[in-house]
Amino acid sequence: MKKKDKELYIKFYQEMQRLRSFELKASELFTQAMLAGNIHTYIGQEAVAVGACNALKESDYIVCTHRGHGQCIARGCKPNLMMAELFGKQTGYCKGKGGSMHIADLNRGILGANGIVGAGLAIGTGSGLASKITEKNEVTLVFFGDGASNEGYFHESINMASAWKLPVVYLCENNKYGVSVCIDRVCNVEDIAERAKAYNIPGMIVDGNNVFEIYNAVQKAAEHARQGKGPSLIEAKTYRYHGHYEGDPQVYKSKTEIEKWLNHDAIENIKKEILSKGFASEEELKIIEEKNKAEIEEAVAFAKDSPYPDVREVTDDVYTTDNERGVVR
Amino acid sequence: MRNITYGQAIREAMHEEMIRNSSVFIIGEDMGVMGSVFGLTKGFLEEFGPNRVIDTPISENGFTGMAVGAAMRGLRPIVEIMYIDFTPISLDPIVNQAAKLRYMTGGQVSIPLVIRTPGGAGRRNAGQHSQSLEALFTHFPGLKVIAPGTPYDAKGLLKSAIRDDDPVICVEHKILYAKKGEVPEEEYLIPLGKADVKRSGKDVTIIAYSRQILFALEAAKELKKQGIEAEVIDLRTLVPLDWDTIQQSIKKTHRVVLVQEGVKRNGYMGEIASQIIDELFDYLDAPVKRVAGLNVIPPFSPALEDHIYPNPQDIFKAVMEIVD
Repeated sequence: MKKKDKELYIKFYQEMQRLRSFELKASELFTQAMLAGNIHTYIGQEAVAVGACNALKESDYIVCTHRGHGQCIARGCKPNLMMAELFGKQTGYCKGKGGSMHIADLNRGILGANGIVGAGLAIGTGSGLASKITEKNEVTLVFFGDGASNEGYFHESINMASAWKLPVVYLCENNKYGVSVCIDRVCNVEDIAERAKAYNIPGMIVDGNNVFEIYNAVQKAAEHARQGKGPSLIEAKTYRYHGHYEGDPQVYKSKTEIEKWLNHDAIENIKKEILSKGFASEEELKIIEEKNKAEIEEAVAFAKDSPYPDVREVTDDVYTTDNERGVVR
Repeated sequence: MRNITYGQAIREAMHEEMIRNSSVFIIGEDMGVMGSVFGLTKGFLEEFGPNRVIDTPISENGFTGMAVGAAMRGLRPIVEIMYIDFTPISLDPIVNQAAKLRYMTGGQVSIPLVIRTPGGAGRRNAGQHSQSLEALFTHFPGLKVIAPGTPYDAKGLLKSAIRDDDPVICVEHKILYAKKGEVPEEEYLIPLGKADVKRSGKDVTIIAYSRQILFALEAAKELKKQGIEAEVIDLRTLVPLDWDTIQQSIKKTHRVVLVQEGVKRNGYMGEIASQIIDELFDYLDAPVKRVAGLNVIPPFSPALEDHIYPNPQDIFKAVMEIVD
């Protein structure tokens, strides 16, 4: 492994811890009935987003999933504008019209999270096609889950990306469950990355709770794409600690399985390594954690203080042109 | 003025816009080497190259979704779905993605996407290649829908659609591809959302679009022989609707016949009828009349197919029923 220097360790720790702080707070707020609708938290999967987004360039693009908070923050979304969106406030990324599942930030190359499982595969592949048509050396990374790998979108998108050598990195976060259904009950392939063979593209399996493994794999796949060699399929094996949604009783998970994964926590693991290598002290890591928590508290305060959208905005932005007539007739 | 076919007019619209703006590209089945199954893009691959004229695998859902992604990135894709009957395969990218992403991102993106797709019966293609499904797309806020009936309108509307920043579904009629009409040499645009009074009259308003506009004009000729002057309105655009033209006409004629090829139940003209009843009831001297396709699946046999959609005689009869 290259670049495993002190700075990178601290950076990865700080970022993963930041995602978790955001999600633990969001979960808490949801339980307190402060947030409407549903939220899907990223707790347990932080290494995937942090490793992947750090391997990309500023000019690259990402497409997120319905479990996308962590992916957005890792790519540079501001926690306060995200929290405002979760609260349905006017100051949120989508002015309160998208909510938790649909955060997008085009200024950061985030083409959006999507409420339709698998849709992001086609959108991201289309972004790759746009880069090819305009001859830009950008890469699009598509986050998707094990569930989406059984959608037609998966097959159609990767097939075309492979046929046309599009600069796309397909990153499957295999957290084992599509809502309640374990992947091994609905798929007769042990590893989703195995499917890469069907498209004649590189397939890689990585420990989704090891941020360096993700980082290196995505760097490799992005470089492959940038050289015009086409897409890759990376499968990151990971686990979501919470339910599909907050409040999900998770009857489908066993205690031993949960314990196994809790003992292989990405943040705890990197923390142990940092301490054993002497890159930082307990106190220094505690300071990082406190800073993250303070930032998230500020984000919550910002969201709470922000106004709700004016009811007149309900008909805004259905169309870019002729909006008024399009809405009335 | 020169006469060209409806198909040629569509071809010219795409060709001119491809030259005008390098962000425009074509993606769909058989669009390149073959030049599309209706021959509309012959020679485009040689002229514009494989990056702008893309032959896809038979993956309507995938390539339509990809076009949405490319549109988010600022390109202007023209997607062809070979038959409108195949659009249900790609409904998610059309109705959940293209239609909604501007709104759901709080206006961060526009989706300048055109989906061209031929509908309509009359070619003995049976139930999965002959439907008129435009009403489906008019249901979804965020989509615009055009349905031209003449070469002139097809060219002018499609050019505007390609320049429009919103997703536009262009419903073509496969029987019309070979029909000729006047189209000027010089460039012109027809704005979206503007109906056209194809014939003026004082006794009754006939509203139609796509192929049925030709039948409505034929019916109007026969009606004239009976001393009835029908005003024929071609909607051209279904969303956004040109309500002003409709209401002006009905306030003059006080009678209206609504014509569509698609099945009657939940057809687009049911919506127009409802708006007319809601807002123009006091101006009406007769019930709002609908002439529409039978609520059946398009059959193969010529002996059956010609009976499922309206013909000029049906429109004539409907008018005679509401004119004193």
